[in-house]
Amino acid sequence: MTDGEGSTGLISTAEWHKRSVRWGIGGLQALLLFALVVGGLGPILWLAKGAITPTIDTITHPMGLFQHGTAWSNLKEAWSTVHVGRYFWNTVVIAFGSWASQLLVATTGGFALSVLQPRYAKVINALLLTTLFVPAVVLLVPLYIEIVHPPLIHHSLIDSYWAVWLPAGASAFNVVLVKRFFDNLPREIFEAARIDGAGPFRLFRSIVLPMSKPILGVVSIFAVLASWKDFLWPLLVLTNPNEQPLSVRLPSIQAQTSLGVFLAAMFIACLVPIAGFLIFQRSFLRGGGLGGALKG
Amino acid sequence: MSALDQLREPALTKRGLSDVTVVPRRTPATWVRGGGLTTLLFLLPLLFVFGAFSWYPIVRTVIMSLQHTNLVQPATWVGFKNFEQVWHDPLFPIAVKNTAYFAGLALLFGYPVPLIAAVLMSEVRKRRGIYSALAYLPVVIPPVVAVLLWKVFYDASSAGAFNTVLGWVHLGPYPWLQSQQWAMPSLVLESTWANAGATVIIYLAALTSVQTELYEAASVDGAGIVRKVWHITLPQLRGVLLVTMILQIIGTAQVFLEPYLFTSGGPANATLTVLLLIFNYAFGNSLGGDYGAATALSLMLAGFLAVFSLVYLRATRSWSTR
Repeated sequence: MTDGEGSTGLISTAEWHKRSVRWGIGGLQALLLFALVVGGLGPILWLAKGAITPTIDTITHPMGLFQHGTAWSNLKEAWSTVHVGRYFWNTVVIAFGSWASQLLVATTGGFALSVLQPRYAKVINALLLTTLFVPAVVLLVPLYIEIVHPPLIHHSLIDSYWAVWLPAGASAFNVVLVKRFFDNLPREIFEAARIDGAGPFRLFRSIVLPMSKPILGVVSIFAVLASWKDFLWPLLVLTNPNEQPLSVRLPSIQAQTSLGVFLAAMFIACLVPIAGFLIFQRSFLRGGGLGGALKG
Repeated sequence: MSALDQLREPALTKRGLSDVTVVPRRTPATWVRGGGLTTLLFLLPLLFVFGAFSWYPIVRTVIMSLQHTNLVQPATWVGFKNFEQVWHDPLFPIAVKNTAYFAGLALLFGYPVPLIAAVLMSEVRKRRGIYSALAYLPVVIPPVVAVLLWKVFYDASSAGAFNTVLGWVHLGPYPWLQSQQWAMPSLVLESTWANAGATVIIYLAALTSVQTELYEAASVDGAGIVRKVWHITLPQLRGVLLVTMILQIIGTAQVFLEPYLFTSGGPANATLTVLLLIFNYAFGNSLGGDYGAATALSLMLAGFLAVFSLVYLRATRSWSTR
């Protein structure tokens, strides 16, 4: 990723010194930057502007900038009157539970398959890889019916957060990612710990987990983001509006609120993912490549 | 547990005496002593969650596609009737055609753009982080917010955001989502905006592994930048390019959120996709879902994608590993 004067990439240093190249490529790059600012940042800035602009101004002059002042009340009205505050909290609770479930399954499962390696690990690995290739839609209907009529407990899980938390844990992608990381930890340390008398639990808690902070961070970030983005599944299993997350509520509140308040609600829904991205930018941009490499 | 072990000890030695060279046979006791129970304890969350929410539902889909179920009466076996019913549904060819149209347009819009952007970005000398951060920003926006925001942009009146901007250069106003002709391209445009950043990051990562000696060699031979991209960069990215293409096709074949939130499949079924049809079969009717038809269609889609991927991998194998 390092790039300085001396590096020889696609365009050599000698070529950079040519005026035509510098202007041509430089111009294209400037154009790209402009396109990225307008395309990537523009819509979000527009949303931020719309969130604090009186509805009437946004409707009549969508590209105008505060012709008749600001309306910070949009944000307040969205948060309390439209109950975005409550939906925000619901989203946090759902994301936290989904995160915990994914992390528990991926770390314990990855530890068993990578470090303890029972004889049947191959079978489980094969089954996990199979699920990676099954499109999610195949699971939709039977999963829904399972939540409505769960076997053994005979009590519908509809409107219970467990209906979102538990299926979230079944992410084969996470398990494979964590298992691969565990596979690359030095075996000598495990052996040394075993000789010193550490059992599997001690090995897991005191050695494997502390050494795996980087991958656990990546999995956590993507788990929270995925949960924040999720729409269809919570829409199906959480029918009580008071329990629904933001993504499910936003389409429904659109009809009942003025545009300014609605834009404010959407802006609030974006805040956590954007803040997370800005803080953990490196993990996102590296993890994106990581995911692609794994899929390939 | 140690007391139990001591009880079992004589039995083990006895067998050991009769057949000294052979390793002791695996019995439940040796399994427990070897830590088998602890291993199983560690696997328990995985086995429970995947068993209940992944493996079992996959099997159940196959069963349900051969049954008539309405959750009230006991299920009855109907053979392949559900598949026949879906096949003869007049909406089925429309949904398939629309999905193929979406996937095709998405490939046309969305496939070259990230590649060109990534190649240009990899040659940025200063502050490349800003480029990739800006490109990735739309990916972190919750998809529901992205769609609903673009729905505001797509306002068909002349005072809509997009129509206002196009009005500055005396274009439009365009009907966007309200016209049968423009609705699907509008959906694709938003979808490309929302997803292209992730592909850019994948390409940027792949570009770092391109062998730079080849660039030098080509420069010495007098190759220009365009020829270097064509003869060195692209061939070296071949594997990644083939994978992102099949992943994009698999992803776009399952498009749901855009047609559901933008248009509900309209106008006049112009944006009804396969996934929306599955959703409508199962959950669109408040009186009770046609779960048989929904699972049948989802299996047809999964089967098609599996066959398509196999054919694709086979057809491109010689090209991707050469």
